[in-house]
Amino acid sequence: MTTTTLLYLLAGVLFIIGLRGLGSPRTARRGNLIAAVGMLVAVLVTVASIIDDTGVMWWTIGAGLIIGGAIGAVFAVRVQMTGMPQLVAAFNGFGGGASALVAATEILATDGDFATETGVTVALSIAIGVVTFSGSFIAYGKLQGLITGRPMSLPGGPWFNAVLAAISLGVGIWAVWSGDPTAYWILAGVTFVLGITAVVAIGGADMPVVISLLNSFSGVAAAMAGFVIGNQALIIGGALVGAAGLILTIQMSEAMNRSLANVLFAGFGTEGAAAFDAGDRPVNRASPDDVAISLAYAQNVMVVPGYGLAVAQAQHAVRDLATALEERGINVEYAIHPVAGRMPGHMNVLLAEADVPYEQLLDLDHSNPRMANTDVVLVVGANDVVNPSARDDASSPIYGMPILEVDTARTAVVVKRSLSPGFAGIDNPLFYEESTMMLFSDAKAGLEEVIAALKEL
Amino acid sequence: MSELFVQGIVVFVLAAFVGFEVISKVPQTLHTPLMSGANAISGITIVGAILASAFADGAAATILALLAVVFATINVVGGFLVTDRMLEMFKRKPAKKE
Repeated sequence: MTTTTLLYLLAGVLFIIGLRGLGSPRTARRGNLIAAVGMLVAVLVTVASIIDDTGVMWWTIGAGLIIGGAIGAVFAVRVQMTGMPQLVAAFNGFGGGASALVAATEILATDGDFATETGVTVALSIAIGVVTFSGSFIAYGKLQGLITGRPMSLPGGPWFNAVLAAISLGVGIWAVWSGDPTAYWILAGVTFVLGITAVVAIGGADMPVVISLLNSFSGVAAAMAGFVIGNQALIIGGALVGAAGLILTIQMSEAMNRSLANVLFAGFGTEGAAAFDAGDRPVNRASPDDVAISLAYAQNVMVVPGYGLAVAQAQHAVRDLATALEERGINVEYAIHPVAGRMPGHMNVLLAEADVPYEQLLDLDHSNPRMANTDVVLVVGANDVVNPSARDDASSPIYGMPILEVDTARTAVVVKRSLSPGFAGIDNPLFYEESTMMLFSDAKAGLEEVIAALKEL
Repeated sequence: MSELFVQGIVVFVLAAFVGFEVISKVPQTLHTPLMSGANAISGITIVGAILASAFADGAAATILALLAVVFATINVVGGFLVTDRMLEMFKRKPAKKE
């Protein structure tokens, strides 16, 4: 028992060292490896602690490890970098579900007869674990395009989820107080629905924040399951992830200049989507040749990637275009908005995949001062993060969100399939500026045509 | 409240503070791998799932416990592997500019 606990502590220390390593580019990969070793230690210690017991159902454990390991490995190896946010959401859902299931087996084993404090943690593992499970899969569906990215309005608006949350709380109290297993199962049912309705009401553009919050939840669920079974490894690992996820979530909400409550309950973008009408305002429609010419005579080019780049798998095309421009002595940099894509740092991962040098990626604070000196800004599949109404129009739902001020550059080229609004469902005045050229095309196909046109020049 | 439970609260609070401190200054570039790596760590519930399977009594408990092990293992194995794949790309930093 004592040795087991000490070795669990070792696993916990390895998690902390690993997380610390993940915080810096040079040590990140080793950090991940160290955390994985910590996990291996925890699993081996657990197996060792029961190896001498009689009646252990080894086949259940073995089968679970083999099946789960195979599924996890296949998905991890097969996924394309653009599909990463969905996959992380799905893995996260499985983690939350597992914690809820651990608590559920305890309910079956004891028939709900817990000390009050244990009962509370059972109810919390069930509630948080199940919300994480159903919520993560809805987030998966939204990111994968299986469900509309638009926030869905519920009867009663934000009150719908508030009432559902209050019901969950009531059922949870009933379960702990009565010790009736049925109450716990009802709690699982209500929170399953709550996870779904809470996430469908949030727009696709806010999914990075949601996934990060659900990640934090899966940690808390694991920690609560740790209390239920009296296991320190779960408490340490779960608390670490709960706190880390919460920090990331807050940082991301701040990057959008919104409070977490606003992200979760505001049903952001529902009204803008309905009001959108492009009307007959003129836009500068450009051909790939026009774009190639303006790029060829530029000195400084800034690329602004967004989710459209990920959808079109255009990261290699962007890199090829940048190489072609650099061969002409043109300076190319990339401006990355903190919430570009569907996951924090999503664009950095994609561009790294295409071998774009790390030093060329600029964040918001470093790229905006350079815009005025930039001849051509190439906006590839980004929309809301370059919308000037966030700066100028106090009535805009995204007013106050820091943006990449591409309208201050000499020319902005926007590669986009149509004028349709982005995930937030808001019209973008940038598209109608005189200094803006619109190249209506799929990001990858459009860029390839520009590269071809550039070679002709 | 049992001694073990109180010890658990102590550990929980301290670990949460460590989590806050360790993460608070991370560059944006690493947010995705960090989230994915942290996500894999939350698969620590695999330990609970293994213990639950070991002594599961009856068909319902066995099925739930088996599912718990499968889910947790997907989270752990998939999470660490996919994080490694992402970070591998960061490492291959071509200094061949110019």
